Amino acid sequence: MQIREVARLLKADILAGSVNLDREVKFACGSDLMSDVLAFVEEGTLLLTGITNLQVIRTAEMIDVFVIVFVRGKVPANDVIDMANDRNITLMSTDYTLFEACGILYQAGLKGKS
Amino acid sequence: MKRYIMEHTYSIEAGNYAVAGEASSSIKGLLKKLGIDGGIVRRMAIAAYEAEMNLVIHSVGGSLTIKIAPDELLLISEDGGPGIADIDLAMEEGYSTAPEEAREMGFGAGMGLSNMKRCADEFNIHSDAGIGTKLQIKIYLK
Ligand SMILES: Nc1ncnc2c1ncn2[C@@H]1O[C@H](COP(=O)(O)OP(=O)(O)O)[C@@H](O)[C@H]1O
Ligand SMILES: [Mg+2]
Repeated sequence: MQIREVARLLKADILAGSVNLDREVKFACGSDLMSDVLAFVEEGTLLLTGITNLQVIRTAEMIDVFVIVFVRGKVPANDVIDMANDRNITLMSTDYTLFEACGILYQAGLKGKS
Repeated sequence: MKRYIMEHTYSIEAGNYAVAGEASSSIKGLLKKLGIDGGIVRRMAIAAYEAEMNLVIHSVGGSLTIKIAPDELLLISEDGGPGIADIDLAMEEGYSTAPEEAREMGFGAGMGLSNMKRCADEFNIHSDAGIGTKLQIKIYLK
């Protein structure tokens, strides 16, 4: 699924990293636990989370995740957005909850990886 | 004695969440630049980041060192305390003494040490309560 399509389905605002809008993701993962993300998420997976601090960007950087969706309308601070732009990581914010956002993307054909 | 062709040490400050992860990011960039296999770079980046976060969250401060040999990578995390009283317990998935501020950032699930072990070909941890903790994570390049 194209990142552009993810944003459309989730009615999300793009906050950073619009360079990736035409790129594709095959899998998604919803989690607030960064150690889980580090342990189980493969390169190029879409990450949905309610956590908005710098450590989310760091985590994404370590495992080559290039797109993060913040749920429940959360918007990170400017330093987080700057860091994401710096690393070409796309950030978007949706008003849907983690459960809803995952459900919408799953229904649209994006898979999890277990 | 192993001959390392490159070595870099980063000092890690306790409780400084604003820069936490910078050393690991720099280690990852270095390994990438050296043309090391992407899967291996990723494993070392994950291990380094978990180790760095532990230094920031749990220790009084310490250092992270990366050593590179033609056939292996070695990451060393060392700190000046408070040490871990029961290592077997600390290694258990889910055991954590992380404070609320670390949990708010998505850490403190008690999986860091097991993540490091999973990423490593050789994993060593030594700790003396009251003195400090030393971790060694080795990943083979061949
Ligand atoms: N460098 C360290 N110094 C002191 N205690 C540590 C250190 N690293 C880990 N620990 C202890 O081991 C526990 C488990 O660590 P870890 O598996 O990384 O989980 P977490 O960081 O999520 O708590 C920590 O909660 C802490 O009590
Ligand atoms: Mg930890």
